[in-house]
Amino acid sequence: MTPTVLAFYLFAISCVAGGLFTVVSRNPVHSVLWLILSFLSAAGLFVLLGAEFVAMLLIIVYVGAVAVLFLFVVMMLDVDFAELKAEMARYMPLALLIGVVILMQLAIALGVWTTAEGVEIAARPDAVADGGRHNTDALGLILYDKYFLLFQLAGLILLVAMIGAIVLTLRHRVDIKRQDILQQMYRDPNESLVMKDVKPGQGL
Amino acid sequence: MIGLEHYLTVAATLFVIGIFGIFLNRKNVIILLMSIELMLLAVNINLVAFSAYLADLTGQVFTLFVLTVAAAEAAIGLAILVCFFRNRGTIDVEDVNVMKG
Repeated sequence: MTPTVLAFYLFAISCVAGGLFTVVSRNPVHSVLWLILSFLSAAGLFVLLGAEFVAMLLIIVYVGAVAVLFLFVVMMLDVDFAELKAEMARYMPLALLIGVVILMQLAIALGVWTTAEGVEIAARPDAVADGGRHNTDALGLILYDKYFLLFQLAGLILLVAMIGAIVLTLRHRVDIKRQDILQQMYRDPNESLVMKDVKPGQGL
Repeated sequence: MIGLEHYLTVAATLFVIGIFGIFLNRKNVIILLMSIELMLLAVNINLVAFSAYLADLTGQVFTLFVLTVAAAEAAIGLAILVCFFRNRGTIDVEDVNVMKG
């Protein structure tokens, strides 16, 4: 058993186990942590496949941003999760049935699957196909050249998502004091100040 | 030797776990969103595996786009969730019936 095979089975098992514990875990914080394990293992699988850039992106985007966002929301919302989890046993038979059926269908599809004529599947993952160029290098060339419009549109999607999330969650509270700069600027000293001549030792 | 089928099996299992999670956690929207992320991850594994074994980088480019859309979807979904929680005080999906006549 070569180290590559060992690493594959290690990452594959921890990926699947992480996914399974994500959906059956009782505590949502634990769910998020299992999800992070699953993402990290998937990144390991990507490295084994020779896709280093996507692997690092998975760690940065998923573990660094999405999982932390999940964690933040789980901890921010004061939800009684025990109540939500109580009915999990009720859905278990249906969920198992559907899961097994879909797994069988995928197994059947994988069993009869053949490649088209002229398509050759390599025996080992040869990530570096482009004349010995590094993965990130080759990906950058193809992304900024052939898929440039799609790349820009992906940026637009992220912008729309950012604005949407801000608009959805921004709440203008009226019951707190806040600074009104225009009102401060328009305030007239002649109306707000009165000069008094106070005699010494007498007070007002 | 690890072939393409090994990666496809992992991806298929992960995808089915995602569907299983959606049916299992019918009430908890946060776990629902996590299940969707798992399914998208399975799709990504498929794309990268095919990309590596067919020696074609297009699969990895599409993985980047799937990743982008997944991140945007998670952000919007959690924003809607926070909004919903502020209005109703719960994240039970079966309580989403404000629009019902």
